[in-house]
Amino acid sequence: MDSVLHKMDPRTKLFGTMIFIISLFLANNIAAYVVATVFMVGAIRLSKVPFKFIVRGLKAIVVLLLISVSFNLFLTPGRVIFQLGFLKLTWEGLETAGFMALRLIYLVIGSSVMTLTTTPNELTDGLEKSLGFLNKIGVPVHEVSMMMSIALRFIPILIEETDKIMKAQMARGADFESGNLIQKAKSMVPLLVPLFISAFRRATDLAMAMEARCYHGGEGRTKMKPLHYSKRDYVAYAVYVIYMVMIVLARR
Amino acid sequence: MSIKAEHLSYIYGQGTAFEQYALKDVSFEIEDGQFIGLIGHTGSGKSTLIQHLNGLIRATEGTLYYNGENIYQDGYDMKALRSKVGLVFQYPEHQLFEVDVFSDVCFGPKNQGLSKEEVQARAREALQQVGLEEKFWEQSPFELSGGQKRRVAIAGVLAMHPEVLILDEPTAGLDPKGRDEILDQISALHRDKKMTIILVSHSMEDIAQYADRIMVMNHGEKVFDAPPKEVFGHYKELEKIGLAAPQITYIVHRLRDHGVPIAEDITTVAEARDAILKLLGKGGR
Repeated sequence: MDSVLHKMDPRTKLFGTMIFIISLFLANNIAAYVVATVFMVGAIRLSKVPFKFIVRGLKAIVVLLLISVSFNLFLTPGRVIFQLGFLKLTWEGLETAGFMALRLIYLVIGSSVMTLTTTPNELTDGLEKSLGFLNKIGVPVHEVSMMMSIALRFIPILIEETDKIMKAQMARGADFESGNLIQKAKSMVPLLVPLFISAFRRATDLAMAMEARCYHGGEGRTKMKPLHYSKRDYVAYAVYVIYMVMIVLARR
Repeated sequence: MSIKAEHLSYIYGQGTAFEQYALKDVSFEIEDGQFIGLIGHTGSGKSTLIQHLNGLIRATEGTLYYNGENIYQDGYDMKALRSKVGLVFQYPEHQLFEVDVFSDVCFGPKNQGLSKEEVQARAREALQQVGLEEKFWEQSPFELSGGQKRRVAIAGVLAMHPEVLILDEPTAGLDPKGRDEILDQISALHRDKKMTIILVSHSMEDIAQYADRIMVMNHGEKVFDAPPKEVFGHYKELEKIGLAAPQITYIVHRLRDHGVPIAEDITTVAEARDAILKLLGKGGR
């Protein structure tokens, strides 16, 4: 995958996502949402990520979306369209629910565009650099971002390990599916104990390997690929400013 | 009583861009009481194959019969199959979880729904079979050495009284003494209990010494399936797929190149010793 968005500095993308999120909360009428839609669709086009992948992220919030939409639909006071017991469908409810749904969907799509065009390593690098100022008030930014990237790195390893352990226990007749809640929780023990033990062992091994290569935290540490702003990043920042101005103007 | 595989294929990530055959049209029949060596380089599909045999992985295509019954038919009892076809994975760390060795070995038979006395009797018997001394039984399995952990893992499967025992590299990472002990105990199970054994190993010496049939996997396909002497006769082809014959076979071939009239199908050190002594005896007279 290679596109303008992929090549962009992670800091620019992080900032852009932040701008987009803020703008979604500022937007309160259709005009503002049209501006946001244009910005988002433009970003998706530039990223060259298939739309299918981006929509996939929405699956996770379907339940949340349904709950919040139905609450807003029926529990907002205002001009009643029709009534069913204590549930009233109102025009105001329809409007809030619509905007709420749009906002949630855009939030997820906006952040998936970022995560789909940025590797986890770039992401933590970008975060580390952007939050570098926190160092001055004693927040160990480098250490936290190192922890983050290690955690991300270990997710697939632990998933694979879980699969292996499950198979090893299933070969001994373990059953992870049937039974009631208590039985299910109990059946997790043969899975979780080996998983935790191996996670701890991996952690000590990694710490040892890092120390053997003289890792001693962020101080004086240089980067193999230092972050540099290029022309496209300046262009992006200019676009952000224009976008923000347009959103503010479009507001009611 | 046998395991029969017909045209087994397994495809990883079907329908995605990363679609890949892990197994490709593999057929074989394993009869009771055989000792089978399964070899192949890393990623050749050995582990995928053995996980099919107890139903942990379901083949994308093909059928698998255990004792004449199709294990993919509706309502087949997978749990029962798994207790008949015992599979010991490579890393004991993946299955040990109990507070002490003895209760860990009890886990398998307990899952079979046996009575408490029966479970404990089986655990005791299994631990004796793998030769783990009684002083370790009350210890935490995590405090044991690598070889002892492996014994506990094997005992954990043996306690379920399987008819077929599959071992995925049971000797990896063990010292020579531990390796010999474990292999001897496995071969004793084969000899005395008439258990069918499938041994996955990277050591051609071990395979040559214990197995009476070798299956060779390469890129998900079965390339050889024959007695050791025949398979190792093809050592040039084996080398091409990242394997080799036992070292002693190479020595025998070198000797033959120098005109020593020694049989070329020798695969174990003991055989070579006898053959050489016989030659020397003849030469001395």
